[in-house]
Amino acid sequence: MEPQKDYVLRTVEERGVRLIRLWFTDVLGQLKSVAISPAELADAFEEGLQFDGSAIDGFSRVQESDVLAVPDASTFELLPWADPDEPSGRIFCDIRNPDGTPFAGDPRWVLRRTLAKAAEMGYTFYTAPEVEFFYFQDSNPNAPLVPVDNASYFDLTTADVASPLRKRTIGMLEAMGIPVEYSFHEDSPSQHEIDLRYTEALSMADNVMTLRLVVRKLALDRNLHATFMPKPLNGVQGSGMHTHMSLFENDVNAFYDAGHSYGLSKTAQSFIAGLLIYAREITAVTNQLVNSYKRLVVGDEAPTFVSWARNNRSALVRVPVVKPGKESSTRIEYRALDSAANPYLAFSVMLAAGLKGVEEGYELTPEAATDLYTTSKETARATGLEELPMSLSEALDALESSPLMAEVLGEHIHEWFLRNKRAEYSEFRQEVTAFELRRYLNTW
Amino acid sequence: MADPLLVYPDPPPPELVRTLDLGCFNWMVVDSAKSPEGRYVGAVVSVDESPEDAFAFCRALNRRGLDIPVLMLVSGSLLQELDLRDDLFTDFCITPFHQRELEARLAHLVWRSGTPLRPELIEYGPLMLNVETYQASINGKPLDLTYMEYELLKFLASSPGKVFTRDTLLSRVWGYDYFGGARTVDVHVRRLRSKLGEEHASLLATVRSVGYRFGLSRWDRQAS
Repeated sequence: MEPQKDYVLRTVEERGVRLIRLWFTDVLGQLKSVAISPAELADAFEEGLQFDGSAIDGFSRVQESDVLAVPDASTFELLPWADPDEPSGRIFCDIRNPDGTPFAGDPRWVLRRTLAKAAEMGYTFYTAPEVEFFYFQDSNPNAPLVPVDNASYFDLTTADVASPLRKRTIGMLEAMGIPVEYSFHEDSPSQHEIDLRYTEALSMADNVMTLRLVVRKLALDRNLHATFMPKPLNGVQGSGMHTHMSLFENDVNAFYDAGHSYGLSKTAQSFIAGLLIYAREITAVTNQLVNSYKRLVVGDEAPTFVSWARNNRSALVRVPVVKPGKESSTRIEYRALDSAANPYLAFSVMLAAGLKGVEEGYELTPEAATDLYTTSKETARATGLEELPMSLSEALDALESSPLMAEVLGEHIHEWFLRNKRAEYSEFRQEVTAFELRRYLNTW
Repeated sequence: MADPLLVYPDPPPPELVRTLDLGCFNWMVVDSAKSPEGRYVGAVVSVDESPEDAFAFCRALNRRGLDIPVLMLVSGSLLQELDLRDDLFTDFCITPFHQRELEARLAHLVWRSGTPLRPELIEYGPLMLNVETYQASINGKPLDLTYMEYELLKFLASSPGKVFTRDTLLSRVWGYDYFGGARTVDVHVRRLRSKLGEEHASLLATVRSVGYRFGLSRWDRQAS
């Protein structure tokens, strides 16, 4: 038996773990869990745990519904909130077909495949997301949302009542080996941000799934509701998941070149160019909800035009200024992504778009010099700036016609995702909204 | 500290080095039977590089009357070379070997001598690692680590005060073929520090532009 698996089995035995939760993620990015006893873990490592995939979003197939959850031993962690007398652990799983081949509907496999492609080109892909979310008093969608506080960006006042909660959340993440770089109160009432320290993209996607659970669980412990919904409140900014990305060739940051005036290598430039060229095609994945497009509006810290810039927060791709001596931290930040994205798929499509740029040697267009929040559509069109999709429907059109996305996601997920999301959009389109009633009921 | 294992040839196969280091064995490498002075608990001889030299080395050990058990590492294709040479070795292990098999064979090789091959516990200040059970604790409170976090901490804590470069840590803890570069080491050190918690994170010190060190430097210890 491999040392990693042996290590996990020994830990389970030594610590008297009673329950092991096998975690995996469906195509929409919802965490799924099935608990097994320690006695079953060794078998699960060797043979996988068989279950009926037909009830999982994006797993269903016509012919055959059984799939295997195979635990990835390197991801085992004890759950810090479990009863110390009855410890339980969690472990992320890869999903396989009964014959042992990777299952096409598994988002973790999509990311593994895309990372393998990067590895073939000699690259390791690191990401560092900034996860934003809101706390509310209640989760009832029919009542007005009540923020927990009315504090604002970076506030450190008694108004930030969720501060101890955030602190506890970070402590728990750190205990699970998920280092946190910063955390603070964000712009909107009751909005918070946790920035994770960079790590290799597969671990990071696992970390994002863990973070969402930890945030929601600890809020619930205090009778609060945490939400990663992209835009829960009208008129204030929504929850993005700006993601910093870098490629490394062994120990060398492939994005850095001292010879270029911005310190950006040819690889970085082509990577950004790839992201920009495919930005519209990846948007349905990076911003997958009807609600996502209410965040992507002018003025709310979210990008609307396909553009890049240094230190201009209105651009889609931002190149943060690197401190002297910290050249190895050269990176780019993709700012469209929101907190409701499936991190496995979102990291995959961003990486694939960037790598395509590198492969094809795409040239980077000049940076957006002006504040794009004040740029009118007419000016944008005149200067050749493309707009990001303005609705889920428009984003799905771009995704559907994208051969690159069909390749990256694989036919199974590409087809299922489009079908599922078209249905979501269609339901939304048919619903009469509060806006319409307010605006039209008395006027017409 | 237990008497060391002799390891031949110099340099030894990387996988052997990694297994011995990860297993916290006390070992030293020799390139001829003339050099070893002192007491040894046993010897590991890799045959694959040059069978004739390896057998000559074992014969020389016999001649010198170093009555120590010898474990041979030999690939399947060279197995017949062991015929009629039973006097030169105590046990053998087929390469590529399985890490845990080699550890088990080494433990068995030396059990008669009654000396432990490796420490069962590594202690430093509040930290304790049990090499047998893979358990780590800080001030008696269990520290839950992943396998690689545990191996990295064990490797560093086995030599407190010694500075290791990131490349050394990568090759010794992850293995030579690990894809991802020394950045992986940084990521894991940061994760270990988060688990150690604020109070103990400083057990893992960054030595600027060199690498990492566990515990106080030798200089600091002298000063205090």
